This record gives sequence, C-alpha cells and structure tokens, in this order.
Amino acid sequence: MSGDGRPAPAPGAWRALGRAAVPRATRGQLLAGLLCAVLGFGVVAQVRQTQVAGLEDLREADLVRILDDTTGRADRLAEEVRALEQTRRELTEGGDSARAAERAAQERATAYGLLAGTLPASGPGIVATVTDPAGAVTGTTLLSAVQELRDAGAEAVQVGSTRVVASTAFADAPGGAGAGVLVGGALEQPPYVVRAVGAPDTLATALDIPGGVRETLRQLGAELDVSTGDEVVISALHAVSEPQYARPAR
Amino acid sequence: MIAAVGLLVGVVAGVLLQPEVPLWLQPYLPIAVVAALDAVFGGLRAVLDGIFDDRVFVVSFVANTVVAALIVYLGDQLGVGSQLSTGVVVVLGVRIFSNAAAIRRHLLKA
Repeated sequence: MSGDGRPAPAPGAWRALGRAAVPRATRGQLLAGLLCAVLGFGVVAQVRQTQVAGLEDLREADLVRILDDTTGRADRLAEEVRALEQTRRELTEGGDSARAAERAAQERATAYGLLAGTLPASGPGIVATVTDPAGAVTGTTLLSAVQELRDAGAEAVQVGSTRVVASTAFADAPGGAGAGVLVGGALEQPPYVVRAVGAPDTLATALDIPGGVRETLRQLGAELDVSTGDEVVISALHAVSEPQYARPAR
Repeated sequence: MIAAVGLLVGVVAGVLLQPEVPLWLQPYLPIAVVAALDAVFGGLRAVLDGIFDDRVFVVSFVANTVVAALIVYLGDQLGVGSQLSTGVVVVLGVRIFSNAAAIRRHLLKA
C-alpha cells in the first residue's frame, strides 16, 4: 500500500490501485479485510431487515395514514358486524315467534277442541247420577241441570254417552213419560249419568242451591246422587260437521 | 485485495446465513453501515492518494461506526433520533460523495 513511501502520481492511480490489490498478509490488511467482511455482512443484514421491516421503520405521516385506513376499515367491519347481528337476531326471533305462534295455535286448537267436544277431556269434576223411578224427568230438567253446571264453570259435560256442546239439544223421547230423553238426537234412558269437568265443589254446590236442580228433581220423585272426583273422564266426542253456509267473515 | 475479498465473503455470508438483526441493534445498524461505507471510501481515496495506512483505516472504520451509532443513540435518548439520524446520514453522504469524487478524479482524470 502506501507504506513504501513512494509517491503515487496521478497517472499511476490505476497502478496504485493495482498495487493495493496485491494481497499481503499483514495484520493491518487482514484486519481491514475482516472489517470489510463485517461491513458486507451488515449491509446484507440491513437490506434484508429493511425488506421485511414492518411498521416501526415508517414515517409518522405514513403511520397516521395507515392508522386512518385501519380505523376506517375497522369501522366499516364493525358496521357490517352490527348489520349481520341484526339480521341474525331477526332471523332467530322470527324462528322463535313462529314456534311460539305454532305453540299458541296448538293450544288454541286444544282449547277449542275441548269446547267443541271433539277432544276427550279429563280432570277434576263431578259425576251426577239421576235415578228416575217415576219416569218424570224430562229433557227440560236435564237441560236445566246442564245449564246449572255450565254456569258453575263446567268446561266439558257428558250426559250418558253423549257429549254436550253448545248445539246439543235436549228433547223428550217420543213414547211418553219414562221413555227417556233425546240428547243431541241420541236416546238416553234413566238413570241419567251426567259427567262434568270443572271445579268439583263449585259444580256440586251449584246443583244443591235452593230451588235448584236437586229440589226440582226431588219434587219430580227423582234422586240426584253427586260424587266428586279428581279424575273425571269425558270420553264421548261430538262429531263436528262442516258448516254448510257459514264462512269466516273477513 | 484482501479487503475486497473480505467484502465479498461478508456479503456471501450474509446471504447464506440470513441473519436476523437483533432488536437493540436495529436503529443503529443502518447508520453504522453508512459510516463504515464512508470509512471504506475514505480508505480507497487514501490508497489512490498514496497515503493509505492500515491502522488509520481500522481506527477510522471502527470510530466512524461507533460514533455514528452513539449519535443515533443520543438522539433517541433526546427524542430527536430520527432527525439526528437524517443529519448523520446527510453528513456521511456528503463525505462519501466527496471521497467518491476524489477517487473519480484519480481514476478517470475527470
């Protein structure tokens, strides 16, 4: 290198370079080579680092812009999440309300079935047995007994083997006294067994009121025997015919 | 020659090893590299001027990198790290350019 002290004139610059390029294993040369190796290593490492660099090397303005972008995107996504959750809620509640409506419809159908006499009913109630040795009990008497039970809150009533509904008619059977009673067109003969589902005590009391069913029957020479029960089964069904004229009004 | 070989070896080693720059070194390595480049160009110029000295080169190389890193560190501590880094890079860049110009005049006579 320049250690030889010879001046290196300008035209000999290339020669100086060539001389410098001659490898000499001096300690300084080796050290310089080592440092240059470190430099090359550092350059490569830094270049690689820069290529994989994340946000920490960015300028403040870039960071602000990126932050704005990210915030905006987060807002949009949050809005989307809200909308989707709203939709999901609506769908879920829609399913719930549909199920609830179905359940309510089912319950209504059951209640109507019980009222219309198309479903068998059971529950606490009374069984009233009318013995009529004199054959003096008429359809009117039975009807008043049924009406009394209805007034007392009977929810399902059966006379003999006939379900009593709103349209059930009571009539005296042709053939005079003692021939029986036509209940909804079916002939019932004494003893008449009247089953009613409702509050048992209320129903029993309703038949016992002064001037009521029991007294009337006694005057006719008939006997009324009432037993209350926790499980009175009303198994007779009323056949509902399709209405011929009536249609649901809108 | 050894220096050029060393540079090549270093580059190849860096490419092959794929080093991960440790976190504590990340702010200082770029400045240190620029400072080292400045030292190398200064050394090259000294070769062409005929005044190259191994010891001077080694000392200037190490001192340059250490001082550059120190300045950046100081700037970081003072809260002006990025500005000071820019200043150091500008100064070193100017030096590199002047050295490169001298080298160019030596080699190309222009």
